[in-house]
Amino acid sequence: MSMPFYVPPEQLVKDRAEYARKGIARGRAIVAVEYADGVLLMAENPSDTLHKISEIYDRIAFAGVGKYNEFEALRVAGIRHADVKGYTYGRTDVTAKGLANAFSQTLGTIFTHEMKPYEVEVLIAEVGVNGAPNHLYKITYDGTLTDEQGTCAIGGQAEALTEAMRARFDPSASLEAAMRNAASAFREVVEREIEGWEAAVLERGAGRRCFRRLEQIDVD
Amino acid sequence: MNGDPGVSFTDLLAELGKLPSWETGPAGDLAAPVGTTVLALRYADGVVMVGDRQATEGHTIAHRRIQKVFPADQYSAIAISGTAGLAIELVRLFQTELEHYEKLEGVRLSLEGKANYLARMVRQQLPLVFQGLVVVPLFCGFDEHEQVGRLYTFDVVGGRYEEQDYAATGSGGREAKSYLKTAYRPDMPEPEALDTAIRALIAAAEEDTATGGPDLQRGILPNVVKVTADGLTEGEDDRIADIARSALEDVR
Repeated sequence: MSMPFYVPPEQLVKDRAEYARKGIARGRAIVAVEYADGVLLMAENPSDTLHKISEIYDRIAFAGVGKYNEFEALRVAGIRHADVKGYTYGRTDVTAKGLANAFSQTLGTIFTHEMKPYEVEVLIAEVGVNGAPNHLYKITYDGTLTDEQGTCAIGGQAEALTEAMRARFDPSASLEAAMRNAASAFREVVEREIEGWEAAVLERGAGRRCFRRLEQIDVD
Repeated sequence: MNGDPGVSFTDLLAELGKLPSWETGPAGDLAAPVGTTVLALRYADGVVMVGDRQATEGHTIAHRRIQKVFPADQYSAIAISGTAGLAIELVRLFQTELEHYEKLEGVRLSLEGKANYLARMVRQQLPLVFQGLVVVPLFCGFDEHEQVGRLYTFDVVGGRYEEQDYAATGSGGREAKSYLKTAYRPDMPEPEALDTAIRALIAAAEEDTATGGPDLQRGILPNVVKVTADGLTEGEDDRIADIARSALEDVR
């Protein structure tokens, strides 16, 4: 029988975290920001068909950065979780908080139990209707769940981008203004040519399904 | 069932053991509310679908304001006749199924794909048919590829048939169809199509005791849904009330 080398748990966690962070830092960022009519999600994405932002449920959207197959698996799990819950109970019982908790549990378990951690960061946005507040939740590779206020970013250079977004934050901005602000924050931080945009909104008053993909993104 | 449920919401529920099911005992006189007349017709811009609001239990009126015409997604609608409880659950599952597919795949199912899927759902209800619990839907929608409105009928064994002009089902379906046989003409403009559809429903209510016509006193109006290239619209109650009022006066 082979004897495994002893690795102290601190070292193990540190190694895994470093591995995951490296993978995420390579990914292009996504920002979420509240504006007058809801929440805008905007990403740098050269592909028109492989989306990073998508609809989960009536008022809830998902954004993921890092390894595509890993955040895609989380997205599918999220849609299944939401649809089963909404069908079994009621549509209003599906909340971003419930979903964020589920993602947090999944990522936390994978981080400690699997061969390699997921190299992803996930953002769950919920638009508040009938006077309820909006919610933004960020879940990192180890399952850490944070409740963000107003605006936040995930992916490479997320901290700098969050700073840049905060400096421009205006919750009463129009959609066009919010998009221009997000684009200028991206340009300030990434310091290179942006290779295509992807954007979507969760819009209040647009019926039951608030999610809408923006086809025309004109921020130049 | 073992394995990945893929894009199917029904398979996902089955995997979780949450699929709605009805244990069937020996055939007997099971009294459950039954929904009556629904109809749909093709017109110039798409399809219009109308349903009365009554459900009966034997000779008794079980519900006066039941809904039998539902949006299935942004580009299709489903109407039901038969055992109301089963039918409404079927609709809920069908709606969730379409939305589930759309979100996972990023595109909507084709209209034919939706109709085929619904046929499969009806087929799975077959054991219940032998217990006298029958569900027969009507399905219509706008085909986004071909840019035309389409209309499908079903039978109890899950047979799926595309109709070219109009279709009706439920206890008053025959009367509605015989009205439409003379009143229908292809490519009607929208106001005429709406008028014809509501008049056909009133014709059915005149002859069939189980079908409830528009009840202006109580403010009970038929459910009306239109599907065109711009998507699905429902609930133009003022217009429907006007048409119902003038149609009822003509009957008098």
